[in-house]
Amino acid sequence: MQKNKTSPSLKDRIHTLTSSKGGSAFTATLLAIGMGLLFGFLVMLLASPFNSVPGFLEILLGGASRLGDVLYFATPILMTGLAVGFAFKMGLFNIGASGQYTMGMFFSLYVAFMWELPTSIHWIACIIAGMVGGMLWGIIPGLLKATLNVNEVITSIMFNYIGMYLVDMWIQGNAVMYVSSKTRTQYLPASAQIPSLGITGSNVNFAIVIAIVIAVLLFVVLNKTIFGFELKATGFNKHASQYAGMNGKRNIILTMVIAGGLAGLGGAFAILAPSSIAGSSMTYEPISVIAANGFNGIAVALLGNSSPIGIIFSALFISYIQRGGTLATMFGYKPEIIDVVIAVIIYFSAFSMLMKNTLAKILHNMANKVHTKDAENRTTKDHKKGGK
Amino acid sequence: MENYIIEMLHITKEFPGIKANDDITLKLKKGEIHALLGENGAGKSTLMSVLFGLYQPEKGEIKKNGEVVQINGPKDANELGIGMVHQHFKLVEIFTVLENIILGVEPNRMGFLQKKEARDKVIALSEKYGLQVDPDAYIEKISVGMQQRVEILKMLYRDNDILIFDEPTAVLTPQEIDELMEIMRGFSKEGKSILFITHKLNEIMSVADRCTVLRKGKYIGTVDIKETNKEELSRMMVGRDVNFVVDKKEQEAGEVILSVDQVTVASKISKKNSVSDVSFKVRAGEIVCLAGIDGNGQTELVSAITGLDKINQGEVLLCGKNITKAPIRVRSKTGMSHIPEDRHKHGLVLDYSLEENTVLQRYFEPVFQKKGFIKKPQVRTYCETLSGQFDVRSGQGPVTIVRTMSGGNQQKAILARELDKKHELLVAVQPTRGLDVGAIEFVHKQLVATRDAGKAVLLVSLELDEVLNVSDRILVMYEGEIVGEFKSNEVTPQELGLYMSGAKRNNTKENSYAKK
Repeated sequence: MQKNKTSPSLKDRIHTLTSSKGGSAFTATLLAIGMGLLFGFLVMLLASPFNSVPGFLEILLGGASRLGDVLYFATPILMTGLAVGFAFKMGLFNIGASGQYTMGMFFSLYVAFMWELPTSIHWIACIIAGMVGGMLWGIIPGLLKATLNVNEVITSIMFNYIGMYLVDMWIQGNAVMYVSSKTRTQYLPASAQIPSLGITGSNVNFAIVIAIVIAVLLFVVLNKTIFGFELKATGFNKHASQYAGMNGKRNIILTMVIAGGLAGLGGAFAILAPSSIAGSSMTYEPISVIAANGFNGIAVALLGNSSPIGIIFSALFISYIQRGGTLATMFGYKPEIIDVVIAVIIYFSAFSMLMKNTLAKILHNMANKVHTKDAENRTTKDHKKGGK
Repeated sequence: MENYIIEMLHITKEFPGIKANDDITLKLKKGEIHALLGENGAGKSTLMSVLFGLYQPEKGEIKKNGEVVQINGPKDANELGIGMVHQHFKLVEIFTVLENIILGVEPNRMGFLQKKEARDKVIALSEKYGLQVDPDAYIEKISVGMQQRVEILKMLYRDNDILIFDEPTAVLTPQEIDELMEIMRGFSKEGKSILFITHKLNEIMSVADRCTVLRKGKYIGTVDIKETNKEELSRMMVGRDVNFVVDKKEQEAGEVILSVDQVTVASKISKKNSVSDVSFKVRAGEIVCLAGIDGNGQTELVSAITGLDKINQGEVLLCGKNITKAPIRVRSKTGMSHIPEDRHKHGLVLDYSLEENTVLQRYFEPVFQKKGFIKKPQVRTYCETLSGQFDVRSGQGPVTIVRTMSGGNQQKAILARELDKKHELLVAVQPTRGLDVGAIEFVHKQLVATRDAGKAVLLVSLELDEVLNVSDRILVMYEGEIVGEFKSNEVTPQELGLYMSGAKRNNTKENSYAKK
């Protein structure tokens, strides 16, 4: 869709975009999205040829009619995306965003039900509690990594399970929060819910504004501050950061705390959202399933190239296309079709840079075929060497 | 008319914004050793990549035995008998020597590997050319010199008779270099033709028959080694006269800046200590050189002094302050500058820009930050000043990503950063490794200037010429100990060689105790 809009000047645009580093990442991402959508269309065509065109159009355009929902569903994955992307800048793979997210939810719920606070600040306290919960779940893998060099991937995967089962257990054991007949938590007190943005028929609320502000703040931290300088240096080359006297251990812990806090906020934003139906609210169901939004965060971060600004757009895009996917069910498609499309987009974006280079090469040099990957890699390497 | 086995005629290869090769002609006779000389970035590697089929030239043609050939890739090159030993070896670390040699041309019968056959051929080849290797040793376990032999055997196994060596001596010890030269002479007697890329003039003078010189992508000329000398070659390469002798005035050493006292460092791989009980002092206004063959504890000792690794026993004092257990940042602030051995691993964040790298040791100082925010304009100005002062050249100035810069300029950037930083001691580990003559001259001048300014310099070097020319005092390390101490003007290279190989030692420990 984005492609159609810009098609007249697309070529020129891509040309100017590729001249900058961020720009070429952007072009590569667009290419990946295009290929992912194409692949999704092929799957739909195979599954049900007659419905494929209207179904596919629904995926592409359906989100536009539900912008409120797009923003609402984008909020938590924007936060978990930041949690993954921020840690990734430091060279850490925070696969534990789900656990941190779930912890955040629980802490928010606890403050919402168990603390009595004035209406004006109750929801703020709940959000902060969510952040603290996530931080707690981020700091442990961080500490283990910094002091004992335990791989953060393994610890944080385990902490996804530990967190999820702990929260399920705590909630089921708390009579104030839990309604055992309905196997879910009580409706939240209104004072704990985040103020709505007032779009009818949608749960969109103030949290999306906070989330975008946080993303912009992270962008500033990463690019303008000493901490960001150290963080990225460590992510690029941890030996050089050691040589330069940077405190690697402190930075690892700090990064994981911040990442955890971001995912925790995601959980808080998800559970504290106001409902469009009066008298109800979001609820937590202890059903022993790891929160999918944590893993969606990985996809969002990958598509956004780990850049906070990129992550804002990738979260919005994924949320948009998910809404469209839900609407495609009207034409008899299973909602999973959209997960296939998203998966393919992520898959292509992982090597889209490579594809873009190859494409350019093929166009420029139709006669000379690319020989082997090895030779090609060497070519680009030597190319740089010779080009200085 | 003479017969040439390979002729590269009027080769032009362009990259966006630069002509890497501009109308270059190179003719290789059968059975000769032909050196290809040029500074970093002169276009040597590009030209060889064209011959090896990695690039297609825009203009020009390649002839083998007088017939035009089209080389589209390493596979075509191989079929024409062209083999190449790359500067960075292309070996599978977790495979054995034999497996690496046969990789890609595995002898098989109906898909089943015939290792016996391959092994016999490899052993026969290694005996014939004096390339001793253990076919069953794993690559990760053998020395760099040994790995190079594997690369050479790979070419021989494929029956190549035109052999390209891309800077083969950069990673070798002096002894290994001599052996390699001998092996190369053997090949040439066998009738194999050798193209030898280098910027070390001594090696060319000792082994090559002819030499082609490139400068900034252009062909300068081809000379007979018998009819030329080092001075002429270097003039052709650099475009001006190069001073091989370092100008250095006598100077009295001042107070002790660095004091290393009975330092022991445990080895990470074996039970032996990699540094055992080493004591020495470096004074203001002198250059002390740690000489020795690679792997005799110099790296570990320097890591201990600079704080990259822990010290097991002993003490290190810098400007009178005990820094044995101090974090790196404290050492740096106390007055230590460090030009690391591996500039890509430690010295630079390759994906950072030049300006970010110039403040890598100073970004936290109030000049460059305010309340945790980096002052970009100041960083930019500082980088521009430094680049001018130290002649650091880069494509786009301060915002150039360091990875895209040449090795020489990367090293200059580190040098600039470390020398401009407030310091009393400069630790320079192989500061000229992989640099061309012009850059080496520059680095040496800077080291001497630092000394003349009254700073202490601790230099670690594997190059005997450098050790003798630059330093005031030489400490020879052998198996983790200091086995000899000399004034550089009172010792011959031969004498040093005996100490470096462990054939001779004097008890310097007593001397340094006496000095205390």
